[in-house]
Amino acid sequence: MTAELGHFTLVLALFVAIIQASLPLIGAARNYAPWIALSKPTAYCQFVLVAISFASLTHLHMVSDFSVLNVVQNSHTAKPMLYKIAGVWGNHEGSLLLWVQILSLFGAAVALFGANLPPAFRSRVLAVQAMIAVGFYLFILLTSNPFERVEFPPLNGRDLNPLLQDPGLAIHPPMLYLGYVGFSIAFSFAIAALIEGRVDAAWARWVRPWTLAAWMFLTGGIALGSWWAYYELGWGGWWFWDPVENASFMPWLAGTALLHSAVVVEKRDTLKGWTILLAIIAFSMSLLGTFLVRSGVLTSVHAFATDPARGVFILALLIIVIGGSLALFAWRGPQLKSGGLFQPISREGALLFNNLGMTVAAAAVLLGTLYPLFLDAIGGPKVSVGPPFFDSVFIPLMIPMIIAMAIGPFLNWKRGDLIPALTRLKMVFLLSMVAGAATWAAEMDGPFMGVIGIALAVWLGASTLTELASRIHLFRASPAESLRRLGRVPRATWGMTLAHFGLALAIAGMTGAGSWKVESIQTMKPGDMVNVGGYEFTFDGAEQSKGPNYNIVAGKFTARKDGKVVVNMLAEKRTYPVRSMPTTEAAIHTMLSGDLYAVIGDPEGDDGGYVTRIYFNPLVVWMWIGAIVMVLGGAISVTDVRHRIGVPHRRHAPANTKPAGA
Amino acid sequence: MKSRILFLAPLLVFAVLVGYFAVGLTKDPRILPNMLKGQPVPEFSLAGLQGRDDKGFKNTDLIGDVTLVNVFGSWCVACRVEHPFLMTLKEKKLVPIHGIDWREEDITAGPDWLKRFGDPYTLVGADPKSHAAIAFGVTGAPETFLVDQKGVIRYKHIGPINQKSWNEIIHPLIKKLREEKGS
Repeated sequence: MTAELGHFTLVLALFVAIIQASLPLIGAARNYAPWIALSKPTAYCQFVLVAISFASLTHLHMVSDFSVLNVVQNSHTAKPMLYKIAGVWGNHEGSLLLWVQILSLFGAAVALFGANLPPAFRSRVLAVQAMIAVGFYLFILLTSNPFERVEFPPLNGRDLNPLLQDPGLAIHPPMLYLGYVGFSIAFSFAIAALIEGRVDAAWARWVRPWTLAAWMFLTGGIALGSWWAYYELGWGGWWFWDPVENASFMPWLAGTALLHSAVVVEKRDTLKGWTILLAIIAFSMSLLGTFLVRSGVLTSVHAFATDPARGVFILALLIIVIGGSLALFAWRGPQLKSGGLFQPISREGALLFNNLGMTVAAAAVLLGTLYPLFLDAIGGPKVSVGPPFFDSVFIPLMIPMIIAMAIGPFLNWKRGDLIPALTRLKMVFLLSMVAGAATWAAEMDGPFMGVIGIALAVWLGASTLTELASRIHLFRASPAESLRRLGRVPRATWGMTLAHFGLALAIAGMTGAGSWKVESIQTMKPGDMVNVGGYEFTFDGAEQSKGPNYNIVAGKFTARKDGKVVVNMLAEKRTYPVRSMPTTEAAIHTMLSGDLYAVIGDPEGDDGGYVTRIYFNPLVVWMWIGAIVMVLGGAISVTDVRHRIGVPHRRHAPANTKPAGA
Repeated sequence: MKSRILFLAPLLVFAVLVGYFAVGLTKDPRILPNMLKGQPVPEFSLAGLQGRDDKGFKNTDLIGDVTLVNVFGSWCVACRVEHPFLMTLKEKKLVPIHGIDWREEDITAGPDWLKRFGDPYTLVGADPKSHAAIAFGVTGAPETFLVDQKGVIRYKHIGPINQKSWNEIIHPLIKKLREEKGS
């Protein structure tokens, strides 16, 4: 009964979405108020219907209803409750249901918080949202129905992929989807603006908080994903340039570019066509991400759903959504009038430079990701493009961008002057050179990239702080005056400062783990010791035990530095009998200077020996601290009141009320 | 005019991408290049299954006739799906099928499985530690190799064999190899 309820509400949601996609659009074109007003209730209604559907599937998983195919294929009675729930989106059908759930959530949020939008514009935005939703409802109902029953219910299920049975991965997809799907709002705003043929400062101010929110979730999602890869895959790596990782990284690059170009539209009324294009690209990259993962057009370790029939449907969806919007862009884009001109050396110039860098980087990642596909399509061999390509293309692109990123905030709008800006960065430059030299002296044998990375991190971090200091007249005015100015720094500026500073921290972390990682693979018998990165690791033997739905081999290690015990570590290898699949649970001891990382492998010989892998990953934790700081910056910027004004009426809008059923 | 072309450019780039995606979709990602195709079977020597026989299974057993080598395991759901089809092949006596019982945690699991559902194999070797599986480049179970009279791998099938793949690929290839021998 629950399955039928979920199925039925999903069909209802499809019909509501069809109404929301059509009537408000016609109403806006003919200026017919009742049809314009229809967009709000339909958006709420869609959200509630999908929520019932999603709750139904969740319930089916929680009670292990094995008369439903989706539950049979992805659940097991012995699985802990957290993973029964996470199992809802740990599979193809359920993850799509989560996709539309979030899409409808964003639609309802626009209806609720969009009180400052002109009604006709809002109804166009919601209509475009609903068009995307119609495509996805059809996709789910026609090719990937999660509520399908089985004829002969089995006694137990096939369990969730053990790699996905992890707390980090339980919340990783929802986070990532909030980011992916969040860009649909920027996309809908762009399409609505193209339909109206008008992009202005108010538009940029409306679109910014939504883009920021999506960007925050995506940043968090990517960081969480890399953290998961770091501790669960057991190779001490955190980024593999896997197609699925790239699929989340490309919209991030495009979205970051969009955030920056929207600022130019808001402040200077220019770069309009470009900003609209970026909004379309950011969401297109998100859709492409879904396509790449779901269709099986590219295989990767992550791809848990490969089915060409679905691929054809997604391709059709892509052609309609991306092709349609780009066609609209080609048709209406040239009519967007751009205002202010500016010099290359100016704030706008720096932001445009950022945009070009981000876009070229996204294009490079796209090329690298799709290259195997291109080659295969013309009959070439099956290849995979790995880290060497991405590292050698991506890193040189990022270096000038990060150098410019430090200078940009010091330039004036319209016409900047490079010399005073550079004069103010003199000390920062010296500091970064010193840091680079010190790094070089300490790590003579390491790669030179490490020296550059540390110098860049210091350059960016110190310049960001310098910019804040000069903004509040630190040391030039009295401390009290500086403090007063600090209190008046706009939240959007705090957002920039934190995001840039967070990136500086993340660069330090990536550089450390990328350049000076120490790796040691060996067979160890109890009592054996190895020295890794200045720490002595003793293997204290392994024990076998049982978890709720897996068997455990737990290896004990003691790490010592200069004879003193630093930490006792427990590395596990789990085997899930239902899928006959092992997972590694690395033992990780995190310190600000670096992570101690130990993994236990297969037994070797008869005297209690095991293959062990031990790593020292310098500075790696700063990568995730940096990501958290970046997300925090986004969160502070979102709350900037300036995003909500710009329209004269409704000062006391009930912005804090929660939607019913949320 | 110039700016019109500029605004049209993204659409054109996308059109090219779509072309590649469309071609990419027609290719099955599961077809992996088989490095061993046209190569002699790797050297291996496996013990027999407990309680079945003690003949074992080794690479030299594959010389003389066209044979199928099927990698299976009692833990493998898809093997259970494939199994009845292998039984019908055995009944029709079209080609000898040898088995590699792969990655059993319990040595009795494989023989019990065969006792319960039927035994389509001529020779079976136990491969709990994946020695032969790695040499064959097995990516998952079930997987089936078609080996010719000289012990050369001619075809690798990933996933369960069914009537369709038998009729369209495997059976014609077996007939062709036998005719080559005859001529």
